[in-house]
Parts: sequence; structure tokens; C-alpha cells
Amino acid sequence: MDIHEYQAKEILANFGVDVPSGALAYSPEQAAYRARELGGDKWIVKAQVHAGGRGKAGGVKLCGTEHEVHEACENMFGRKLVTHQTGPEGKGIYRVYVEAAVPIDREIYLGFVLDRSSQRVMIVASSEGGMEIEEISAQRPDSIVRSTVEPAVGLQEFQAREIAFKLGLDPALTQHMVRTLKACYRAFREFDATMVEINPLVVTGDNRILALDAKMSFDDNALFRHPQIAELRDKSQEDPRESRAADRGLSYVGLDGNIGCIVNGAGLAMATMDTIKLAGGEPANFLDIGGGASPERVAKAFRLVLSDSNVQAILVNIFAGINRCDWVAEGVVQALRELQVDVPVVVRLAGTNVEEGQKILAKSGLPIIRATTLMEAAERAVGAWRQDLTQGTKMRAV
Amino acid sequence: MSILLDRDSRVIVQGITGRMARFHTREMLDYGTNVVGGVVPGKGGETVEGVPVFDTVKQAVEATGADASLVFVPPPFAADSIMEAADGGIRYCVCITDGIPAQDMILVKRYMYRYPKDKRMILTGPNCAGTISPGKAILGIMPGHIYLPGNVGIVGRSGTLGYEAAAQLKERGIGVSTSVGIGGDPINGSSFKDILELFEKDDDTHVIALIGEIGGPQEAEAAEYIRDHVTKPVIAYVAGMTAPKGRTMGHAGAIISAFGESASEKVEILTAAGVTVAENPTVIGETIANVMRRAA
Repeated sequence: MDIHEYQAKEILANFGVDVPSGALAYSPEQAAYRARELGGDKWIVKAQVHAGGRGKAGGVKLCGTEHEVHEACENMFGRKLVTHQTGPEGKGIYRVYVEAAVPIDREIYLGFVLDRSSQRVMIVASSEGGMEIEEISAQRPDSIVRSTVEPAVGLQEFQAREIAFKLGLDPALTQHMVRTLKACYRAFREFDATMVEINPLVVTGDNRILALDAKMSFDDNALFRHPQIAELRDKSQEDPRESRAADRGLSYVGLDGNIGCIVNGAGLAMATMDTIKLAGGEPANFLDIGGGASPERVAKAFRLVLSDSNVQAILVNIFAGINRCDWVAEGVVQALRELQVDVPVVVRLAGTNVEEGQKILAKSGLPIIRATTLMEAAERAVGAWRQDLTQGTKMRAV
Repeated sequence: MSILLDRDSRVIVQGITGRMARFHTREMLDYGTNVVGGVVPGKGGETVEGVPVFDTVKQAVEATGADASLVFVPPPFAADSIMEAADGGIRYCVCITDGIPAQDMILVKRYMYRYPKDKRMILTGPNCAGTISPGKAILGIMPGHIYLPGNVGIVGRSGTLGYEAAAQLKERGIGVSTSVGIGGDPINGSSFKDILELFEKDDDTHVIALIGEIGGPQEAEAAEYIRDHVTKPVIAYVAGMTAPKGRTMGHAGAIISAFGESASEKVEILTAAGVTVAENPTVIGETIANVMRRAA
């Protein structure tokens, strides 16, 4: 789960990371008022969206008067910000953060991630802050400093000092940097983060270290023990279909194609998408309804997939292991009777009691297109979708 | 022979009184698995499916000589149960639980390394379907009837995609020595490489099938190991060609976040290491059959 910049800064500040003074606003008027409250003569207005690359997309503006703050906000509120991380549909701006501008001497990149090779928390730092880490890796890989944290004892001071020295910081700032690194690590551990990124971490003209931007992501599997983090979820930043799916306990990712997929198991779901592509189609979604594939889940899945107006055919691929195909087939039939499904539906069942399952589908009298292998299923789904297009009508076949 | 699990393995089920655990204990017993007990704190003295329940793993090991464990405990308590198994003398543990916090798994891994290698428990999973040595024993939740006994070693992340591969093999009359699920989580007990090492040493495994997916470095690590150390033919399939970057595809670990983590990059890396890659999931069985024919 992602949170906003201002929320990440608040969390990190509580652990001892220094941040510029700033305030949140929900309207241009409020933003101008916040600027006056903050004082000074230069402010940064930042759109709060769950995506990087805001600066280039017009989501960050430097303002010299309250009037400019107001104006900048009028151009942001209610708009969708499209950055290279949001996809073409963009993300809505409903909150802005107004921050006192600070004089910058140096920009540093600082990240904490779960490193899957060492299976530990890894600190990644670079003297080339301001650029994204992908760019830094490509252009200045030698500037990157890495250090992994021994989980039993946590981040040690010598490790933090090593990072400070390798970044070439003024020795007078070493202690400040050590405190910043330890604070980030403690926040990461305490709240089960999966990522903390401060880019840039800046050295100011008056020799302070400040987090100018901050991003945090959290482990969905650990939210049960951090209700105060779970509360920060902002559905306005999520794909509505994915929000709905998550609320129903289904694992769904929306894509651009038009063949909807309903599959049990994440690996098989990805493999099904790949096979649709191979057969000449484009999958509309990833959807894992779980290993069990109960009739209720099948029905929920149909509703979810049909809520995508791009879907012009549906492929159901269930490998019944411990459960039985006849049971899954009953679920499919029940769902199709209850819902008005007006696109072709291809069902492939495999595993336990597959013959009984096929019989139930056949006897139902419903226009279900059956398939026995995964390839056949994908070909029939793509075929049905094409035929549907050429006929120009909704087909209810076979 | 087989790896990790055979007829003699003495199995306990942690969390045996839960509905799913009870069901799968019955399934494992029916398959012929030597399930000797269960562990649920506070329920010692009860009996489930004819096997005795103990309060602690240590008690269970003492009373039954158990050496393998299946963890069926809810996510908030699963890490604790795995560590209890590691400390209690269990040699091989499978954790089925999906949804364990990643940082709990970091601590589990760290804890397991307290023990010298000859006393260290092997863990596979979490978030996996388990391990089966066909015709011998199941330590997991897979349907036994889709596997024939034989000489193909299977190691994969996904449960149902693994079933798909096993079913394609069965259709061709090809059997399996052992099939191991390493699970879909970012921090897992054993990697592909760990299991490949065991298959390489196993006389009954003639061919190895690796079923990977997007995300993480473990397929690339496996490729390097195969190139340098594996003499047996290896076949691979990598799911997620159509998966977008930066999105989690069901499994917590199935997310492309770095170079080399996409399906096409993994295919390239595995191919360069001499692995025969099945181009799509519908030809996994056929690809294995072809390689076996050539090897024979």
C-alpha cells in the first residue's frame, strides 16, 4: 500500500528525520492561507498523488506570492496528473502540500528496500540525488552505495557512518546523517514498510540535512498489525476496479485488452494471459480467485470482470485440485444464470471430476463454449471475440 | 529415491485442528503419508483424524520421532510456528500459509541460521502448495492423483500452474520423482537453486523442470547455478510475459521491479545457461517429453 508524500514525511519526522515546514490544503484558498501561516517568501506547491515524476508533469510549482500559490492550486485541483508512473489515465489531485522553499547545496538519493537476494533490508544511497534511481543506475552506477542490515541487531552506527563518508558529506554532518539513516530504518521496521525513498535528501545552504521528498510503501500482509497505517489508504488514487476487487478479497489487476480472465492461482492466471496473447488476443485483466474457486467467488469474479466495459469475451480457466470440477461447474452455471452475461464465455476445466463438470456445463442449456486444453480455451476465446466483432452483435453461441 | 520427502518421513501438522488442516491431514493420510501427530498450543491430548495432538513441537518430536512438519497456521502466527519447528528438531518444514509479513520471514530466515548446517531445518514456502513424492507421500495440499511416480523433478512457485504441468506429464505417461513448491512470496525458505542442488544429487531424478514467474532474482541465480553445476537436462517455463511492470500479480513476489525480473529477461538468462525453455504453458509437458527422448 502506498501513502502520500505529506504522510510519509510526518511518519519519518516522528522518528527523527528533519523535513521542511509544510502544511496540507484541500483548496486553493486554504493553500494560500497555509503559505501565509508558514511565512517566508518562497513556497513549493506539490500535488499529492501516489506516483513519482510529479515535477516534470506539472505537479510541483515554485511560488513567490500567495497569489501565485492560489493560481498554482487552481491549475491542480480536480485535474488528473499524468506522470510516467501513472499510466495515461493519470491520478486525481485532491490534496496539495505547501512547503517553505529551502536553499539547496547538494542533493542525495536515499532508499530503503527489501532486497530479495540477500533477504534483508538494503540501503541504497547515491550522491546523484534528484535523478530517479533507474537513471542513476544507468548513468552513474559508480555513485551508488549499498549496505544490508543484519535483521537481528538492526542498523549499526558504523554502517551509517560508512554511507555518510562514501557520499562525501562534510564530516560535520556525519552525526546528522547517521541519525537520519537510523530514523528511516526504525520507521521501516516499525511499520513493516517495503520501501522508503527520500529523493532528494538535501544539504541546505545553512548545513542541515532535510528530506525534500518522501515516499513510503507498506506490506499489505502486515497491515493487520498497523491500523494507523491502514487508515491512510486513499482509494481516490487506486484503479476503481482494483479497489472493488481488493474489498472483495480478490486479486485483480486491470489491463488494456478485451478478453476477461477468471483463473484460480496466480501462476496459472499469468500463464492464461500469456496464452491469450499467443492466440492473438489481449487479456483485459489478471484475476486470481484463489486455489479453492468456490461458487461464490466465481460469481463475484464474473461481476468484477463484467464491470470493465472493454471486456468482449471471458475465459474461465480453473484447475480443480482439491475441490472438484463438478462443484466449480455448478458455480459457473449459477453465476451465468444470475447475471446478465452478454459476451461469449469460454470455460476450461481440468483436474478432479472433469467429466462430471463438463456434463453440468453442457446440460445447463447456457451458451457456454467449452474447451479441454488451455490452448484450445485461449483460441476459442479469441475466436469468439473476433466473431463477435465481425457480426457486430453480441453473440450467445454453442 | 526422491528428495526431501518419502515413505519414511514422519510428519506432523502444525495447526491441525483448523478446518483446512484437518481436511488435508485426511488427504495426506489417504495418500499413504506417515502423519504421526499434530501441534496446537493448548489442545495437547486431543486426537484429529486418528493422530495425537501435542502442545509443542518438542513434545511431538519426542513422542513420535517426527522429522517433517506442515505449517497450516494463520499469517500472524505462522513465523513463530516455523521457528518452533526449526528449534524443535524438525528437518524439513513446508509452510502453506499465504500472507505472512515479509519482515517476519526475514527474521525466520535469520533465526534458522542459528543452527549449524547439519542441524539446520530446510523450509519450503510459505505461500506454496507443498511437496509431493508421487506414490510415497504428500506434505501439502496438492491433489495426489494428477502425479505419476517417475523421474522428472519439478520445482515451481505456483500451485495450480504446477498442477497444469503435472497433468500434461501424466497425459504423456511421464512421472515425477518429487515436485517442490517454493511459493510466491518475496522472501521464501528455499530458492530454486537450493532445490536444484538436491535434484542434481538425486539418482531417481533424470530431468528437472523449473517453473518460474516474473519478479525477484531467483530464476537468474538458478540459471547461473545450472550453467556451472547441473549435469542433468533442465526445462523451464516462466509465467507473466503479458504482465505489466511494477504491478503485483497475485503472488506478493510476482512484481517486476528491477532489471532482469521480467519474463522475457528471465527466459533469455535461462536459455543462455543451456536450459530448454517451453515457449508457452501449453507445451511444458511436450517440451519435457522431447528433452527426455533426446536424453534417452
